[in-house]
Amino acid sequence: MEWKWGFTWEILPSLLWATKNTILATIAGYILAMIGGLVFALMQRTGSKLLGSIIREFIDIVRSTPLLLQIFFLYYVAPEFGLRLSPWVAGISTLGLHYSAYLSEVYRSSLDAVPRGQWEACRALNLSSRDTYIRIVIPQALATALPGMGNYLVSMLKDTPMLSVIGVAELMLTANAIGSEHYRYLEPFTLVGIIFLLLSLPAASLVKLLENRLKTVLGL
Amino acid sequence: MAIWDFLQVYGVQIARGTLVTCAQFLTATMVALVVALFVGLGKLSTNPLIRGVSVIYIELFRGTSLLVQVFWIFFVLPLFGITLSPFTAGFLSVGLNIGAYGAELVRGAIQSIPRGQWEAATAISLSPARRMRRIIMPQAFSIMLAPWGNLLIELLKSTAVVSLISVKDLMFQAKQINSLTYMPIQAFGIALIIYYVMSRAMITSLVRWLEHSVAQRQGRV
Repeated sequence: MEWKWGFTWEILPSLLWATKNTILATIAGYILAMIGGLVFALMQRTGSKLLGSIIREFIDIVRSTPLLLQIFFLYYVAPEFGLRLSPWVAGISTLGLHYSAYLSEVYRSSLDAVPRGQWEACRALNLSSRDTYIRIVIPQALATALPGMGNYLVSMLKDTPMLSVIGVAELMLTANAIGSEHYRYLEPFTLVGIIFLLLSLPAASLVKLLENRLKTVLGL
Repeated sequence: MAIWDFLQVYGVQIARGTLVTCAQFLTATMVALVVALFVGLGKLSTNPLIRGVSVIYIELFRGTSLLVQVFWIFFVLPLFGITLSPFTAGFLSVGLNIGAYGAELVRGAIQSIPRGQWEAATAISLSPARRMRRIIMPQAFSIMLAPWGNLLIELLKSTAVVSLISVKDLMFQAKQINSLTYMPIQAFGIALIIYYVMSRAMITSLVRWLEHSVAQRQGRV
C-alpha cells in the first residue's frame, strides 16, 4: 500500500481543525489540574491528619488506575447522581482530576525542597505567612516544580486521544472517522502521529528553555 | 441488584478480563525490559549510528501518543503485510512505548555509576562487556529499581488502552458489562478496585521485595 498525497491534502484541513480541539482540551485540562493539584497539596499540608490521609489515599487511587477507566467512570456514573455531563465536560474534568493528583505530588515535593532555613529566616524577619509564601517560598519552589509541571503538560497532551472514547472530537476520533469512511488508515493515523510529534517535541524544548530562563532570573 | 448478586452473575467475566490484563501486563513487561536495555545501552554507544537509531526510537515513541501507536500498529501495519492479532498488537505497542521511557531510566542509572568504578574495572583489565555485566549493571540495577516500579504501574495502566482494539481485558469486560446492565457504578467501580489492588498490592510490594533482596545481596543491609 502506498502513500496517496492527494488524499493527504484532502484530509489535512479536518485534522488541523481537530488539532485545535486537542490543544483546547489540553489547556483546559491543565488549568484544572494546576488548581486541583494546588488544592490537594495545600490540604495535605495544613489540614488535619485525617483529611491528609484521605487526600493521600485518593491521590494514590487516581494515580494507580487507568485514565481510560476513569473517563468511562465519570462519564457514566455522574448521570446516576443526576449530573448529565457532556463528553467535553466529562473528558476535561477527568483529565484535570487525573493530573491534579500528579501535580499535587510535584507541588508537595518542591515545597518540601525549600530549605528550612528559608522559613526560619522569614519568621525571624517577622514576615506574615502570606508574604512568606508569596515572596520567599513559592518563587523558589516554582523553580524546582517547573520541570515536573512541564513534563506533565506534555504527557497530558499525549493522553487527550483517550477522550475520543466518549466522543470528544479531537485528533484521534477525527482520524478514526476519516479512516472508516474512506477505508484508508495509513494517511490519517500517520498524520496524527506526525502532528503529535510536532506538538510535543517543541513543547518539551520550550519547557526546558523556560526552566533555564527561570533559573537565571531567580539567580539559582 | 446487590453487589453480591452482581458478582455472582458477572464475576466470571470480570475474572477472565483480569487474567487477560495480567497476561498483557506480563508480556508487555518482557518487551519493555528488553527494549529498555538495548535502547538504553544504545544511547550510550560510541557508534554514532547505533546512538542515532536509539535517540530516534526514544523520541518517536515518547513524542507520539500511546493510543496513536496502538492504532497504527493494529490498523496500518497490516497494510504492509504484517498482520498481528489484537493481543499481540496490544502488548507489543504497550511494551515498545514503555520501553522508550525505560531506556532513559537505564541510561540514567548507568551514567550515575561513579567514574572510579569504570576506571577500576579497566585497571584490572576486564573487557568492556564483562565490565558492564559484572561491575556496572549490578550497581545500576539497584539504582533503577524504584523508578522501574513506578514505570510498571504506568505500564499496567497503559494496558487498558488495548481494550480499544478489542482485546478482552478488564477494561473491555467492564465496558461490556456496563452496556448490558446499565450499572456503571458496579461495573467500572469493581474494575477500578481491581486495577488499584494490582498496582498497589502486587507491583509495589514486588518492587519493595526486589529492592530489599538486591540490597541484601550487595551487602547494604
